[in-house]
Amino acid sequence: MPKDGGIGASSKRREDVRFLTGVGNYTDDINLHGQAHVFFLRSDVAHGTLTSVDTSAAEGMPGVVKVFTGADFEGVGSIPCGWQVTDKHGEPMQEPAHPVLAQGKVRHVGEPIAAVVAETLAQARDAAEAINVDIAELPAVVDMKDALKDGATKVHDDLNNNLCYDWGFVEENKAATDKAFEDAAHVTTLELINNRLVANPMEPRVAVGDYARGTDEHTLYTTSQNPHVIRLLMGAFVLGIPEHKLRVVAPDVGGGFGTKIFHYQEEAFCTFAAKACNRPVKWTSSRSEAFISDAHGRDHVTKIELALDADNNFTALRTETHANMGAYLSTFAPSVPTWLHGTLMAGNYKTPLIYVNVKAVFTNTVPVDAYRGAGRPEATFQLERVVDKAARELGVDPIALRRQNFITEFPYATPVAVEYDTGDYHATMDKLEEMGDFAGFAARRAESEKNGKLRGLGVNCYIEACGIAPSNLVGQLGARAGLYESATVRVNATGGLVVMTGSHSHGQGHETSFAQVVAEMIGIDESMIEIVHGDTSKVPMGMGTYGSRSIAVGGSAMVRATEKIINKAKKIASHLLEASETDIELKDGAFSVAGTDKSVAWGDVTLAAYVPHNYPLEDIEPGLEETAFYDPSNFTYPSGAYACEVEVDPDTGKVSIERFAAADDFGNIINPMIVTGQVHGGLAQGIGQALLENCAYDENGQLLSASYMDYAMPRADDLPMFSVDHSCQTPCTHNPLGVKGCGEAGAIGSPPAVVNAVVDALQSAGKDVTHVDMPLSPDRVWAAMNG
Amino acid sequence: MYNFEFAKPSSVADAVAALGDEDAQALGGGQTLIPTLKQRLASPTKLVSLKGISEMQGVCTGDDGALCIGGATSHATVAAEAGAYPALASTAAHIGDPAVRNRGTIGGSLANNDPSACYPAAALGSGATIVTNSREIAADDYFQGMFTTALDEGEIITEVRFPVPEAANYQKFVQPASRFALVGVFVAKYADGVRVAITGASNDGVFRWAEAEAALSANFSANAIDGLSLSGDDMINDLHGTGAYRAHLCAVMTKRAVAAAS
Ligand SMILES: Cc1cc2nc3c(=O)[nH]c(=O)nc-3n(C[C@H](O)[C@H](O)[C@H](O)COP(=O)(O)OP(=O)(O)OC[C@H]3O[C@@H](n4cnc5c(N)ncnc54)[C@H](O)[C@@H]3O)c2cc1C
Repeated sequence: MPKDGGIGASSKRREDVRFLTGVGNYTDDINLHGQAHVFFLRSDVAHGTLTSVDTSAAEGMPGVVKVFTGADFEGVGSIPCGWQVTDKHGEPMQEPAHPVLAQGKVRHVGEPIAAVVAETLAQARDAAEAINVDIAELPAVVDMKDALKDGATKVHDDLNNNLCYDWGFVEENKAATDKAFEDAAHVTTLELINNRLVANPMEPRVAVGDYARGTDEHTLYTTSQNPHVIRLLMGAFVLGIPEHKLRVVAPDVGGGFGTKIFHYQEEAFCTFAAKACNRPVKWTSSRSEAFISDAHGRDHVTKIELALDADNNFTALRTETHANMGAYLSTFAPSVPTWLHGTLMAGNYKTPLIYVNVKAVFTNTVPVDAYRGAGRPEATFQLERVVDKAARELGVDPIALRRQNFITEFPYATPVAVEYDTGDYHATMDKLEEMGDFAGFAARRAESEKNGKLRGLGVNCYIEACGIAPSNLVGQLGARAGLYESATVRVNATGGLVVMTGSHSHGQGHETSFAQVVAEMIGIDESMIEIVHGDTSKVPMGMGTYGSRSIAVGGSAMVRATEKIINKAKKIASHLLEASETDIELKDGAFSVAGTDKSVAWGDVTLAAYVPHNYPLEDIEPGLEETAFYDPSNFTYPSGAYACEVEVDPDTGKVSIERFAAADDFGNIINPMIVTGQVHGGLAQGIGQALLENCAYDENGQLLSASYMDYAMPRADDLPMFSVDHSCQTPCTHNPLGVKGCGEAGAIGSPPAVVNAVVDALQSAGKDVTHVDMPLSPDRVWAAMNG
Repeated sequence: MYNFEFAKPSSVADAVAALGDEDAQALGGGQTLIPTLKQRLASPTKLVSLKGISEMQGVCTGDDGALCIGGATSHATVAAEAGAYPALASTAAHIGDPAVRNRGTIGGSLANNDPSACYPAAALGSGATIVTNSREIAADDYFQGMFTTALDEGEIITEVRFPVPEAANYQKFVQPASRFALVGVFVAKYADGVRVAITGASNDGVFRWAEAEAALSANFSANAIDGLSLSGDDMINDLHGTGAYRAHLCAVMTKRAVAAAS
């Protein structure tokens, strides 16, 4: 019987009412009295020395309030990087300064050089055109391998070279891994590219800075996944504003996918300019600006090798990756190809020896940082591709090869530093075999052949790490922040609750699913609970939403705070019922004395807390409000098995996805409908990466795919009806809800399934194709077939 | 966008007069021009909308049996009302998305002559006549390379006349991002021969494939194309496909168009 409320119910998303009826409150909806508009003059060359920026003509233009250049920000801090990676020699990464407005040099197309604040956006733009910028162009550094050659042009003159870091993991395993390769019965090698992507949330970035002279208080409204993190980074490192004088609000946010985690120059600019101009300053990104200023994702070039013994057991894995950082280090950029990628290389397999090498490289391109999955899609793609290639080389069934090497005992300590608490990889694979109707594949292939099409089946597994992360662990790994979460539960006198959570919802449906958890714990209706997020003046502290951490970490903090509420409410109830506290039970929103018919309603207890006429004032304080911080003891490890069936048109190379099945283990599930939706969205983005999306630069550092005319986003008719299941559940053992997180799985697990399927289709036609780089656009598939 | 004056005349004569101003420009559906203006890539002083001119609207049949489409007729109207020429209606029905089809016009599309647009293939493939406020231009003389046409400054396409073929079809292989034609082939069979016009492929814009036309005029079947090929050397080479790939698609799409022609 499906529940109609609480944990496990597919409650409809309450926030959708305002989103779908046009009454959401997005950052661009915020217009403050006296607000001015900023237009950023951005570099149209990838690399050059700024020889002069002459603003004199612009300053006199109609409506201009003030024109800013890099010189105005000389005393201001650098946009900070939140994670310091230590290289394989124990040295810290090379970390360049990241100015709010370019200082002396421009390093990527889109870097802001100057900013005009004016009465209207059109006037700001007119004046920006009157700014005279002289740039002495330098050769653009675009290709990562060229960037590392001796004598290569340097992106940052003050660094030794273009190598941010050369990371080895686990360095102590290297010799043993190399030895295992010498002893291997079979080695499969694959070189591949994890294509660069532009996140493209539907809502572009927006920032509105405000300053109250009377109280010296700054407010920034911004499209962020983590307003508290922005407050900390911008306040402490860039502008020197103490947290109690800085409020950051991220209201309704229309999608983030990672690219709205980071602290950007435009946020610092609007906050700074609001004070300098003494009036609110607003910036709304155009879609064209988004392409050249939102942090991009992925962009790894990898060589992976898998060693097997004579019985097809995996004995070792070795990878070499070049990871593009772009021109500057975005907030979490260094962590993505290292701790969010290397630690996942064991995948679902008991490979005993693993060595991962990552060279992070500076180039004259937009900074690259986390994008849905962040590091785990890159790990999963290469691992699941090389396993598939190995199966084909050995002539064994790809599913059987996987099953043979599955980890089956938990907890399992991988050779790459993490410990999986639970999982059942055979169970999700069993489920997948059932959903995918693999038995019927041969008949479907024959049918496709009749229509002149090649049909292929691709299967893969994935494991990922969510619920980021134990603070003491990430501290050792170089994070410059803790990764706990906080929640405050405020119960009102009449029994309604307001839950203030540090998790930020920008499409995930927290307002619905978080309320379900609290409703279940107390036994009241979800409608009595309001979820508040996204405002540093309301929520005590928060690390935000990314890495599928909201329910696992934010939800756990909320559970802890609610437990405190319940404990205190029981004390009050025991007083009202004149019974011992240990005898009080809470069920269906009423407190009763065990074994009796004496009870008191939730609302009577909450009222007593605020109208304490009959109240144990000598023992407990009035009021009913509690805060909890939750710091997880481990990551969570969702896993699953995916299958994709494609048809390839051999005449044109066009791939169409005919079937897609996803069997996921997310542990316990709060709202199955929301989880299904998250998987659907993730699959769309993963399939988008596999078939369509391609962020490409030319050799001069010009972005070739700088608009939707050339950057292909997945559309509904590119996708099949998905078959999604999350009935395999091995609950997380270390958080109170037993939840693992589901936000990124679809994007992590689907790209290898698509590529495996296309390779299967091409090989079925006798083509000697072992790999095609993503996106598998028609021209690439055709070229591979006719190569 | 820069500021501009706006005029919405109700006759061709008034539109021509309004376009006499220096830097005035005609506005059809705005599906190409408005994005260009938003990016500040053009700065006309005046836009003259053609949408209020009733004599430039709608679909009808001429005395010679040709299908006549007013220059300001939207793609959606052609899709719905050009039933007498099904291949043309279907071409219009697959341009862009509903918003584009409801605003965009045939005159705007032909005046713009985007090398990947669909209508140029239909017009050239049908041997259409482009009628302007001052003359009639045969399609063979009209298209003069990417974004270049025989139109003079201020000249307005008032009507396009399509002779209705015995059988025709347009095969559009879409560019995955823009969904314009990566290669589009329009094939039309007339009593006096077959015309094959290809868009999306060439650096010189829409063109006729003479060898295919000759082969198909002799034998209107997909097999007639076997062994024929175009060189990719002068074809568009971009993110979405090499010249060689486009050349290959030209033959594939031509065959498919012949097979599907009705
Ligand atoms: C998202 C999107 C997808 C699209 N997909 C396709 C596609 O798949 N296939 C395709 O073919 N096209 C496509 N288009 C283009 C679309 O068909 C446009 O409508 C067309 O290119 C221009 O027509 P318009 O009426 O909008 O002209 P406008 O944008 O108003 O004008 C374009 C140019 O033509 C001139 N002009 C306009 N009307 C006349 C006239 N009657 N006489 C003389 N000059 C005139 C204008 O001065 C201007 O220079 C797409 C456009 C968009 C925005």
